[in-house]
Amino acid sequence: MAGLKEIRSQIGSIQNTRKITKAMEMVAASKMRRAKDRMQASRPYADKMREVVSHMANGQLEYKHPYTQDRDNVKRVGYIIVSTDRGLCGGLNSNLFKAALQDIATWKEKGAEVDIAVFGSKALGAFRRYGVKAEAAHMGDQPSMTDLVGTITVMLDAYNEGKLDRLFLVENEFVNSMTQQPRVIQLIPIVPSELEELNYQWDYLYEPESKIVIDALMTRYIESLVYQAVVENIACEMSARMVAMKSATDNAGEMIDKLKLKYNKARQAAITQEISEIVSGAAAVE
Amino acid sequence: MATTMQLDVVSAESSLFSGEVIEVFAPGEMGDLGIMPRHTQLITTLKAGELRYVTEEGGEASLFVAGGVMEVQPHVVTVLADTALRAKDLDREAAEAAKQRAEDALQGKDPKDLDFEAVQAELDAAKAQIEMIHRIGKTLR
Repeated sequence: MAGLKEIRSQIGSIQNTRKITKAMEMVAASKMRRAKDRMQASRPYADKMREVVSHMANGQLEYKHPYTQDRDNVKRVGYIIVSTDRGLCGGLNSNLFKAALQDIATWKEKGAEVDIAVFGSKALGAFRRYGVKAEAAHMGDQPSMTDLVGTITVMLDAYNEGKLDRLFLVENEFVNSMTQQPRVIQLIPIVPSELEELNYQWDYLYEPESKIVIDALMTRYIESLVYQAVVENIACEMSARMVAMKSATDNAGEMIDKLKLKYNKARQAAITQEISEIVSGAAAVE
Repeated sequence: MATTMQLDVVSAESSLFSGEVIEVFAPGEMGDLGIMPRHTQLITTLKAGELRYVTEEGGEASLFVAGGVMEVQPHVVTVLADTALRAKDLDREAAEAAKQRAEDALQGKDPKDLDFEAVQAELDAAKAQIEMIHRIGKTLR
């Protein structure tokens, strides 16, 4: 049986760890609330954007934007992977990377090359060997659109120049504070959402020209999707960390209980031994 | 009862207005637009300025928008603004400071390493804000 002193110091160190994990849990919980608010605040924009773009898919437009056109021969695909900057958030990142790698593997089987852009330093580390084209990390808890635009533009330019034939977004979906679901969605070409019944043919009036307006809109559409993903990912990160730290705190508590039992047993054994030594000593003297 | 249309004004950060209106005035890229229900489909980029709308009850309200896209469908108007502020959130001093900054940038620097368009847009936005503050100030006081 381990010495009393060792057990005592072990208990002490676990208690310190528990204090830290408990504090992290509470910090993550309060940050999650704010992140969720931000996520919900940016949702209307993305939703409305999606609505407008699906209207456009329904009309007979004079100018077909390249993002709405499918290219048959896919030689190169791009991925934008949204991860966290910091660890200690359970399996959030590793699940996401697994989903990304699976998708990448299926494209590689078809003989397509892969380009990657990442948000967050965790993905940067994980995908470095694939050759990361563009990255943005350490954006804090309140990323602004301007932090993201550079990286998105790199990928969009590559698509416009014909270097990429498809662009995917790998993100975490915030289901609720207990569950986050990694998913891969196709950004370009734009997958038309549920088509409404076409009653008549129409086209927009454009001010100024159709190309200028639609280009501006499409770029904003992609940017809004990525922005939404980044904001959502922060909410995912905080809730995953909260859950991970909660279970770490619980585990530390259990361990402390076990060690305390062990400690008391060892202490009792030492006392018993001392008494029996005294008793037997006294018996020898008589 | 007058015919109405749904107006949604959203910016990347928040949703500013969503409801039934009978008329909308927007600062289009090519000039100001007045939109009434059953307007034909129209899509336009926006410049900085005042977005005014008349609600069902006849009340008028205005928002400040800078940049973005407006889509008009016969019964739905969607404004996807790059920046949007409620009139009461407009800050005169901040706008003046932004205008000053943009003007300095336009004058002082070497034109080669200046993102002329961005600064010009900033300047226009600041000017439009100041103009709107003046107008609102008159009607309020």
